[in-house]
Amino acid sequence: MKKFKLRCHVGVGPEVSGEALVADDNFSARYDLDRIKGIFSRPQHQLAGESYVDKILVVNTAKGGVASAWMLHEMVSRNVAPRAILFNNVNPILAQGGAFADMALCDRFEAGDVTRLIQTGDRVNVNPALGLVTVERD
Amino acid sequence: MNLNDEEQAMLNGEMGEPRRWAMDHMMRVGRFFDAADFVAVTQAHIMADTESLGEAGVVFLERMAAQPKHHRRVRIPMITDPRGIDFCHYKRLGQTDLMANLERRTIDAFESMGILMTNTCINYQTIMPPVRGEHLAFGDTGVVIYCNSVLGAYSNFEGGPSSLAAGLTGRTPRYALHLDKNRKATKRYRVTHQPQSLSDWGALGGIVGARAGSYWEVPVLEGIESQPGSDEMKHMGAAMASFGSIPLFHLVGVTPEAPTLDSVCDADTLATEIIAEQDFIDFFARFGGKGDKVDVVVFSAPQLSLMEMQALAELLDGNRIHQHTSLLVATSPVVAADARRMGITERIEASGALVLEGMCFYQSYAREMGEANGWKRLLTNSAKLVNIIGGYGYQPTLSSMEDCVASAIAGEIV
Repeated sequence: MKKFKLRCHVGVGPEVSGEALVADDNFSARYDLDRIKGIFSRPQHQLAGESYVDKILVVNTAKGGVASAWMLHEMVSRNVAPRAILFNNVNPILAQGGAFADMALCDRFEAGDVTRLIQTGDRVNVNPALGLVTVERD
Repeated sequence: MNLNDEEQAMLNGEMGEPRRWAMDHMMRVGRFFDAADFVAVTQAHIMADTESLGEAGVVFLERMAAQPKHHRRVRIPMITDPRGIDFCHYKRLGQTDLMANLERRTIDAFESMGILMTNTCINYQTIMPPVRGEHLAFGDTGVVIYCNSVLGAYSNFEGGPSSLAAGLTGRTPRYALHLDKNRKATKRYRVTHQPQSLSDWGALGGIVGARAGSYWEVPVLEGIESQPGSDEMKHMGAAMASFGSIPLFHLVGVTPEAPTLDSVCDADTLATEIIAEQDFIDFFARFGGKGDKVDVVVFSAPQLSLMEMQALAELLDGNRIHQHTSLLVATSPVVAADARRMGITERIEASGALVLEGMCFYQSYAREMGEANGWKRLLTNSAKLVNIIGGYGYQPTLSSMEDCVASAIAGEIV
């Protein structure tokens, strides 16, 4: 088993652990998700059809509209949400949404492209207060 | 973050629970983006359709609204983005009483906080356009990019909770576009094909947005030979913000911070990318659909100006839309009142179309409306809408207003 640590900017939300779901793609709760079923619904998204529930979602950046700030809160209220979202660079909307929903959310990784550093299936611990992500891989 | 005495008092709860929550929320965001302090804002604009809010969001707003009056009222003028329901038409659209009830509860909460129910994403055309240098807390990405770029105001994208926090405190964390250093161009594009229709302008915004691709990039465009008006800039900005999460662009010789290229970048060091006719052809081709039966034609995202309403009426005069096609037109309450008074709405609706007031299509339970009405193939002249609506189960196609109307009449995409 391989274990390594990734430094990032201080984030928002609580410390959480879970299984990674990774895409070199972008993210919007409005554009990309069927929030009732808890899956990516936009056909062009790399994760189309995949469940994001309880995953550590790892994507490139945030897209589009302001709705995600409310939607993360709504998703968390029904327990149909990722446990954390890691970005290369996030826009204000997702950061605000993470802060409001108390969802773990981090970006700006020192070692480079987080969508290449972490692989789908990795076990990941996210500590936003420390700006530290720990990855375990079989 | 450095706080002044009033900000510290709000954070301490000395000015009520809503302002304490607001300061706490904004400090979390401010620390995330390394904001040193807060900046005073003069207006706030909030996106809060009930599809996004859900029951949890509505309950949150109701808790705020239940606070004592002197604690819950916003401190600066605060207005709303489009709502998800037009109470005159929601049943016809397949929306439910449950949705309408959430909407009523949200409106009650907002009104008790002193928020003005303008219900519009074209407030810069209809309510109170900001002036250059004015710091704002605006929601709706199309509103923000227009006010930053065309009017020279200073706003980040503010999601609903952060807009509300700004309204309650008159403050927002000073980061990103509130700082001059972040407003210089980082990407340079030369346009060699001139956009004609509003959908062309939207396509140009979509192409630039997709290429630039991040909130932290600022595109500067050269090569536009015509003088764009407000509706052209509206469609370009809305699409750029939608495809790329871009909050600010410069158009050399047009937008106020870019009288010359040198005023927004070091022209010698910023490489130029070309946007040519083939890029436009490829952009429209992504959405396809010619010859397909069209279920619903939508003019929305952004809401239509009075001039767009008039242009649409001219195209529809004397025509009936196909019996198996719906045509929806979304505009702001201010424009709707004028359009009614001038007979424009009557002309549009004589064709069988439906004018919706104070709502926007994609903020209105689009998935449920589609399922209730059997809508799949959607045609629009909004590049922003085609980017959004695929995730709601639609097959979108982008075309000009003229071709959208012709298709609505024919019942298939021409």
